[in-house]
Amino acid sequence: MIESVSKLATKLNLNPTAWAAKDEEAAELGWYPGHPAPKDPLRWGQSFPEGARETLQNTQMRRNLGYATRKIRSKRNTRVDEMPDWEALRESASAIKRNVAAHLPELLEQFENNVTARGGIVHWARDAQEANEIAHSLIKAKGVDEVVKVKSMATQEINFNEYMAERGIQAWETDLAEMIVQLSDDMPSHIVVPALHRNRAEVKAIFEARMGDAPADMGNEPRELAMAARAHLRKKFLSAKVAISGANLGVAESGTLAVYESEGNGRMCLTLPETLITIMGIEKLVPTYEDIEVFSQLLPRSATGERMNPYTSFWTGVTPGDGPQEFHLILLDNGRTDVLADPVGREALKCIRCGACMNICPVYQHVGGHAYNSVYPGPIGAILTPQLIGAFDHHDPASSLPFASSLCGACYDACPVKIDIPTILVHLRHRYTEANRGGVPSIWDVGMKAASKFMASGSGMVAAEKLLPAARILGGPGRKIGHIPLPMATNWTFVRDVPAPPAQTFRQWWDEREEDSPAAHQTGADPATPEHQPHHQHHHEHAREGK
Amino acid sequence: MSAKQEILARIARAGHIVPPAIPREYFRAAADHDVVAQMEEALIDYTATVTHADEQGIPAAIAQALSDVPSVVVPPGLPEEWREAAAQGRDLRVDVPHLTKDELDHTVAVVTGARVAVSLSGTIMLDGEPDQGRRAITLVPDTHVIVLRASQIVATVPEAVTILGEHPERATTWIAGPSATSDIELIRVDGVHGPRNLRVIIVDDAS
Repeated sequence: MIESVSKLATKLNLNPTAWAAKDEEAAELGWYPGHPAPKDPLRWGQSFPEGARETLQNTQMRRNLGYATRKIRSKRNTRVDEMPDWEALRESASAIKRNVAAHLPELLEQFENNVTARGGIVHWARDAQEANEIAHSLIKAKGVDEVVKVKSMATQEINFNEYMAERGIQAWETDLAEMIVQLSDDMPSHIVVPALHRNRAEVKAIFEARMGDAPADMGNEPRELAMAARAHLRKKFLSAKVAISGANLGVAESGTLAVYESEGNGRMCLTLPETLITIMGIEKLVPTYEDIEVFSQLLPRSATGERMNPYTSFWTGVTPGDGPQEFHLILLDNGRTDVLADPVGREALKCIRCGACMNICPVYQHVGGHAYNSVYPGPIGAILTPQLIGAFDHHDPASSLPFASSLCGACYDACPVKIDIPTILVHLRHRYTEANRGGVPSIWDVGMKAASKFMASGSGMVAAEKLLPAARILGGPGRKIGHIPLPMATNWTFVRDVPAPPAQTFRQWWDEREEDSPAAHQTGADPATPEHQPHHQHHHEHAREGK
Repeated sequence: MSAKQEILARIARAGHIVPPAIPREYFRAAADHDVVAQMEEALIDYTATVTHADEQGIPAAIAQALSDVPSVVVPPGLPEEWREAAAQGRDLRVDVPHLTKDELDHTVAVVTGARVAVSLSGTIMLDGEPDQGRRAITLVPDTHVIVLRASQIVATVPEAVTILGEHPERATTWIAGPSATSDIELIRVDGVHGPRNLRVIIVDDAS
C-alpha cells in the first residue's frame, strides 16, 4: 500500500521526501530556502505546472504574496483613478512603442550616433553570452574585482552576476529587494519587487546570517532593516570604480537614457563611479524626448502606485565634470528580434516592466513568481519568455507558459501600454499546437478523430453513451471523478473534478418518458412538439378525437 | 558579420511594419490650478517639509532649514546672499574644486535651486545649472534644501518635459520626496541611500 502511494506520488510529481528536506533546511536557515540560480534565467528547468505544484506547498510565501499584491493593487488603483487622461496616455504609449517596432533600425542607428557624439561607447550584443563577454572585458580592463549594480531585468535575463562570479568578479546588487534575493541565494519572484515573496522576519534572518555587518540589535521593522542596508552599502557606493545598470528607456533623438527608481541606489551607481556600463534591450527605445512625458506618468503609477517615483535619472553619454567619465552602452538583442518577427507576439516588446499585470493576476497571486521558471514571471512572462527563447516544442518546459492563465483579461486592463496579453496567450497556444503537429499524431489528434466518428452519427452516439453509466462507478459516493492519470485527461483533471456520468443518458430518459406518455403511441415522435407541452393537453385532444 | 549588422539584419527579417499615428490626447496643461498649494500638498504626502518665503525672506528661510545642520555644501552658482545665509553658524563648503566623495559623505546638507517642478506629481527637476551643481552634491549629504520659486512650478509633467527638452543632453534628476523603499512588505520607508530629509522653500514670486 505505502509503495503504491509513493509510486502514485512520483507519477504526479509530488515528492514528500523533497518537501521534508526543504522544511529541515528552512528550520536551519531561518527562512524558506530560495530558488537556486539556474543556468538559463529564462528557462529554469521545470514546466509551469511542475513549478506551481512546488510553490503552492509554501504557505508562508502564498500569505506574503496575497498580502503584497492586494496592497500594491489598491495603491495603483488610487493613483490611476485620479488621472482623468489615463486612457489617453495608454493610447499614446501604445502607439509610440508600435512606432519603435516599425522604425527600429533607423532609431537604433540614430540613438547610437547620439550616444557616441556625447562621448559614450556603444556595443552590440546578439545574445546573453556576447553581452556578458563585452561587459567582462570592460570590467577586467579596469582592474577591479567588484562592481555595484542598479536593479535591472536585462542583467537578470543574461545571468550577469553568475557569469562574473565565475570569473572572480563580485557584482553587488544595491536595490534593497535584489540584495535580499542575492544574500539568500534566491531568484527574483517579481520584476519590480523581487523579494515580494519574503516577509520582514525572513529578511531579518537573511541579513543576520549573510550581511556580515548587520547591527547586533537589529529588529524586524522595515525601517531598521532598510537602515542596516543603507549602512552596509554606503562604503561600497563610495569606493566602487565601476557600476552596472539597465535602462528604463533610451531616447533616440537625443541619446538620453533614463533609470526610474526609489531608493537612491540608482543615483549612487549612475553618479559616483568612474565607469558606467549600461545594458539595454533594443526595444527600450522611444523616438523623441517628448515621449518621456508619457512614460513618466504611466510607469510610477503602474509599478508602485505612486504619483512619481522618488528619483529618476537622465543622462546623455558623458557629462563633463559630472558623474562617470567613461560610459559604455551594450545594446542587447537576446531573442528580441525573434519576438519582433511575430506580428501578433511582437506586442510584448511594448512592455515597460512595470509589473502591473502580475500584481493583478489571480494565477500569479497564488503560485508566485518562481512557478514560472523564468526571471519574467506573471502574464507578461508567460508571453515574453517562450518567445524570447523560441520555446514551442512540447519537450521544452517553457512551452507550458502560455497555458498558465485563465484568460480573464485583467492584465490587459491594467497594462499601461495596452498589451493585449490574453490574445497573445491564445496566439502562442496556437503556435504551440502547430509546432507539435505532424510526425506521430498526438493523443489529441487521435482522440478528436475518434470522437468525431461517434459524434457524427446518431447511432454512434447511442453506442458510445451506453458505455457511460459504467464510468459512474469511478465517481464513488461523492459523484465526482478526481484525477485521471490518462494522457488526454491528466492536465484537466489534475485541478478539476469531473462530475460522474448520470445513471441514465438523455436518450434513455427520453425513451422512457415517451413510453410513459400515451401520446407517444398515437402520434409518434413529433419534432415540432415543444418539450414542455403539458401532458393533459394531449389527453384532452384524444378525448375530442374519440367523440 | 558584426553583431550590429546581424541584429539589423534580424530586424529586417520581420518585414515592413506599418507605424500608427501617435495620438497625444492627454492633458498638456491644467488650467485654473493653484499649483503652489497642490505642490505643497504632494510634497507633504512624500514626507518632505515645506516652508514659504518671499524674495527678501529667502536667506532667513535657508538659515531656518539648516538650523540642525553642522555642515553644508553649495554649488558654485548659488546666489551670494543664499550662500552667506547657509554659512552662518556652520561649516560651508563650496563645490569648487569638487569635493571628494569622502568629503561629501562627511557633509550633512546641501542647498540648491531647481530648474522646474510639477505640482500634479510633486516632482522637482534639477538639470545641473550653476545654482544646482553636479549630481553628486545633491545625493550624498543627508539633507537636501531646495529653493523653489513659485514661478518655476508647472501643473503637468508634459509642461516640465517641454522645458527640460530645451537641453536634453544635460544630466537631469527628478526628485519626488526623500529617498524611499517599499521593498519589505510594500511598507514605505523613507530614506534609504539618497538624502533622508527633503526641505523645500517655496518662494512666492508668482504674480
